[in-house]
Amino acid sequence: MFNRIKNATPHMTRDEGLIFERSTPGKSGAQLPPLDVPATPSERVLGDFCRQDIEGFPETSELDVMRHFTRLSTWNYSIDAGVYPLGSCTMKYNPRLNETVARFPGLGTDHPYTPEDLTQGCLRVLADTQRALLEITGMDAISLQPAAGAQGELTGLLLIRACLRERGDARRYILIPDSAHGTNPASVTISGYETLNLKSGPRGCVDLAELDRLMNAEVAGLMLTNPNTLGIFEEDIQRICGIVHAKGGLVYMDGANMNALVGVAQPGKFGVDVMHLNLHKTFSTPHGGGGPGSGPVAVKRLLEPYLPTPTVEEGDDGSVRLNYDRPRSVGRVRAFYGNFGMAVRALAYILAYGPKGVRQATEDAVLNANYVKERIRDCYDLPYDAPSFHECVFSDKRQEARGVRTGDIAKRLIDYGFHPYTTSFPLIVHGALMIEPTESAGKPELDALIDALRSIAQEAEEDPDLVKRAPHTTRVSRLDEVGAARRPVLRWKPAPR
Amino acid sequence: MRYLPNSESDRAAMLKAIGRKEVGELFEPIPAGLRLGERLRLPGPLSEPELMEFFERASRESARDYVSLLGAGAYAHYRPVAIDALILRGEFLTSYTPYQAEISQGNLQAMFEFQTLIAQLTGMDVANSSLYDGSTAANEAVLMAMRLTRRERVVIARTVHPEYRQVIATYLQHQGVEIVEVPYAASGQIDLAALQAGLDEQTAAVVVQSPNFFGALESWPAVAEAAHRSGALLVSVVTEPLSLALVKPPVEADIVCGEAQSFGVPLAFGGPYVGFLATREQFVRQMPGRLVGETVDTQGRRGYCLTLATREQHIRREKATSNICTSQSLMALNATIYLCLLGKSGLRALAEQNLAKACYVADELGKVPGASLPFSAPHFNEFVVRAPSDCGEVLAALREEKIIGGLPLERFYPELKDHLLVCITETVPRRTIDRMVEVWRRFGQPASEPAVDEAAVGLNR
Amino acid sequence: MYPPELLYTNDHEWIRVDEEVGTIGITDHAQKELGDIVFVELPKRGDQVTAHEAFGTVESVKAVSEIYSPVTGEVTAINSRINDRPELVNEDPHGEAWLIRVQLKDRRETEGLMTADQYEAYLAGPAGASAAEGAKG
Repeated sequence: MFNRIKNATPHMTRDEGLIFERSTPGKSGAQLPPLDVPATPSERVLGDFCRQDIEGFPETSELDVMRHFTRLSTWNYSIDAGVYPLGSCTMKYNPRLNETVARFPGLGTDHPYTPEDLTQGCLRVLADTQRALLEITGMDAISLQPAAGAQGELTGLLLIRACLRERGDARRYILIPDSAHGTNPASVTISGYETLNLKSGPRGCVDLAELDRLMNAEVAGLMLTNPNTLGIFEEDIQRICGIVHAKGGLVYMDGANMNALVGVAQPGKFGVDVMHLNLHKTFSTPHGGGGPGSGPVAVKRLLEPYLPTPTVEEGDDGSVRLNYDRPRSVGRVRAFYGNFGMAVRALAYILAYGPKGVRQATEDAVLNANYVKERIRDCYDLPYDAPSFHECVFSDKRQEARGVRTGDIAKRLIDYGFHPYTTSFPLIVHGALMIEPTESAGKPELDALIDALRSIAQEAEEDPDLVKRAPHTTRVSRLDEVGAARRPVLRWKPAPR
Repeated sequence: MRYLPNSESDRAAMLKAIGRKEVGELFEPIPAGLRLGERLRLPGPLSEPELMEFFERASRESARDYVSLLGAGAYAHYRPVAIDALILRGEFLTSYTPYQAEISQGNLQAMFEFQTLIAQLTGMDVANSSLYDGSTAANEAVLMAMRLTRRERVVIARTVHPEYRQVIATYLQHQGVEIVEVPYAASGQIDLAALQAGLDEQTAAVVVQSPNFFGALESWPAVAEAAHRSGALLVSVVTEPLSLALVKPPVEADIVCGEAQSFGVPLAFGGPYVGFLATREQFVRQMPGRLVGETVDTQGRRGYCLTLATREQHIRREKATSNICTSQSLMALNATIYLCLLGKSGLRALAEQNLAKACYVADELGKVPGASLPFSAPHFNEFVVRAPSDCGEVLAALREEKIIGGLPLERFYPELKDHLLVCITETVPRRTIDRMVEVWRRFGQPASEPAVDEAAVGLNR
Repeated sequence: MYPPELLYTNDHEWIRVDEEVGTIGITDHAQKELGDIVFVELPKRGDQVTAHEAFGTVESVKAVSEIYSPVTGEVTAINSRINDRPELVNEDPHGEAWLIRVQLKDRRETEGLMTADQYEAYLAGPAGASAAEGAKG
């Protein structure tokens, strides 16, 4: 029936091309006020520096732009649309209030080099955020400078290195459990250390005997995620720290999974020397399609002298200042003071919840994960059957017999209206399904998710092809990733004339 | 708590379903001594109106009523309202990294457009889909050049943003790398003779910024020739990319990186911003950060997916090209929307206004008796001016007029006492400019024919 | 399956020796384990390779493997067709998808390598276990 129609298609919003393809010469979506100083002929002032044209640059009206990006947006799944149980990513609700306050005049508009006495409001937000995060972690000092979790990791490792070097020996290795995030070993390399792999014990936790065997005078420290990437709390955390400390090392805690602990336990009491937080996970700053993040690094007193410059400090008179006079600092890891806007949002989150609320959120996150786990454990293989915290990790072992892998189950979950869980991580689980519902899923939604996962398990038995070809309901089906990588097309180019 | 969807009865039902009496049981793996007996000492909970008031107080204690002439790596440009209308859509704001391509085509296509826009602006073949910010992008470019050349020496202009140089020094401190800084010439540009003298066969990268920290434009052909003769790669840093609408891009460079905050990203006291990195086709597999590629689905329909992921930490672990995990997608989207709104002609017109205003102010300040413009190279929207007397007094007087008059350079360049870095974008209205020039004139010494200055102002109107 | 004129390593490379020149590639087992090959990184002509050391990498969409040289010597040729058509490694790993040629320094280095029969027996053992998958988080 659409044969006669040339310029319209049944799904206009599904066929949005690239903005460059919408471009028409002479259009612009912006009108500038008239210039209120004498015009300067650019070519006269710039001479040889003057550019003539930006080839292929778009020319569109404001409405073209609005429609273009609105249509694109409809092709994304989002937390606002539904449960997003992406393990290890803590996809919790992003309160809109936080977006509003982060845009308040001054907070959204002050230049980073504004004289400190004129921007006490911004500096106080940083100081208040620091104080709240220190109370939550039980640590002694903190820097909000790292731009993301991975940069927090690197910063923490640099702190360890600086401290041990002052003691006379920076050492050579960092121990990392085989269940760790890939950023851990990558950060170790950049900090100048080498990774020493620590094999997990049968329960998926640190094997104390193995740790004791590997920990020696060459090892600078241990990098540990707790709860670990299986969602299991390292019950021996104090003994783990004890073993590392006894042999002169320091303990780094990857705080990626702090959503299991806020208000319930403080890593500062575990014996941990340094840790980072992910404001975009635990403290609800929006993931925004993959950033911005923010990865504050918190330390015990002994590492405080090495924190990045500048630090944010409160004076006796109540004023807040930036301290650049820190001779033992590891240096600066990012320009200015980190992702200030993320601190505003994190602080708004903490204040909205308050002390009782943050604990309630943690309890809900852990209860939700355990509920999902118990309700699907008869359908999926559970390789490490230990108490779960904020997430649970299954394997596709039972479905693999029918040729259905974790990635297929994930794709099929899309047809049921959910964002998939994390696939194939942690590496110690073959074909992992890593499910983290967070506290931002109510029981009715969890019941629907559970139904979907149970139904897919059944489909994998009865009609494996249905699962293997999923998703069936999206604008595009599975994409040719192999072709994309073999002959990469990484930008639009005008059609050759 | 208003954000939590579970009711008490939901919780009770779930506990019952998993065979637990109370939620505390789930935390029993935490040793008893480590479990918090009491509540954290945190303020709150605050209702929505209370939170608004809390941050309104912070807003009142800000420089919101001042006109700022600060640049230095972060630029005040007008931000069209359409940007927030779009980036606050939940589908953009509350989605994650597009690992599941079928339900992330919106983000993926937008990132592909960002990559294209950055490549077009920089004159490079390809760009990644963003990095944390300009300083870390510059650092990643240096690390990339070291991988490509397998050399371990970095030559960097002293006119690269001082904080960028600090970040690079932090990252390289344990890599056994020698960092050599090249001074600036009387023009404010890099001292070419010193650059040549500083190069050798071990140099991996020559890092030069343009417009540089003093606002001066660098002459790329000469810098590139010197770098390439020694076999080093040229890393071009751009902190004010609006300049690229009007100034020839550094096509001679091997890597062009920098900060795209200028493209409608809020100043927000220093972040979040958005770094970019572009390069030549042949270097793409050594690029850090995420890349989106065009491909087709099983039906042959055009689509987009993350590609060349084997460079990244989650696969290569300790051998990855970088430890970066996130990009700055939302800010990259912000910049993409901004660039599309302005478009080819709008961006150029905006750049022309910035240039015209900065030239006008530089001329006016240069005429203030006793003040001077120390550097002769052409500039874009930023320039250095030496105050006729103590620059602190000038700044204090400007503050009386609600103007933050510039950045004293002595903090980063001790030899530049009483020199201010002044940035004039389209957001600084003429009336502010006139008041500012008026204040400067008060400090002029000795007064030489003020009538002429008045006339000049009059004529220019 | 595995051509008898080739010799094989534990790391799943093969070598064919003609006079003093060795032609090196990865085995059919290796390409199957990796899946669709999207990129192969090779040394340059004139580079030195060392026995048991990596000389390049082979990549699929979600995994990277190093390629180890069975022998020591100088690279005399690389198969540039692989750059444009990495899928050759999947299609014809023991033939058209050879990777490099090496001027052998010491022929005796090939003495410890496996014959086709030995390699098949080796694959039947625990070494045939599957490779780790890439992670997402």
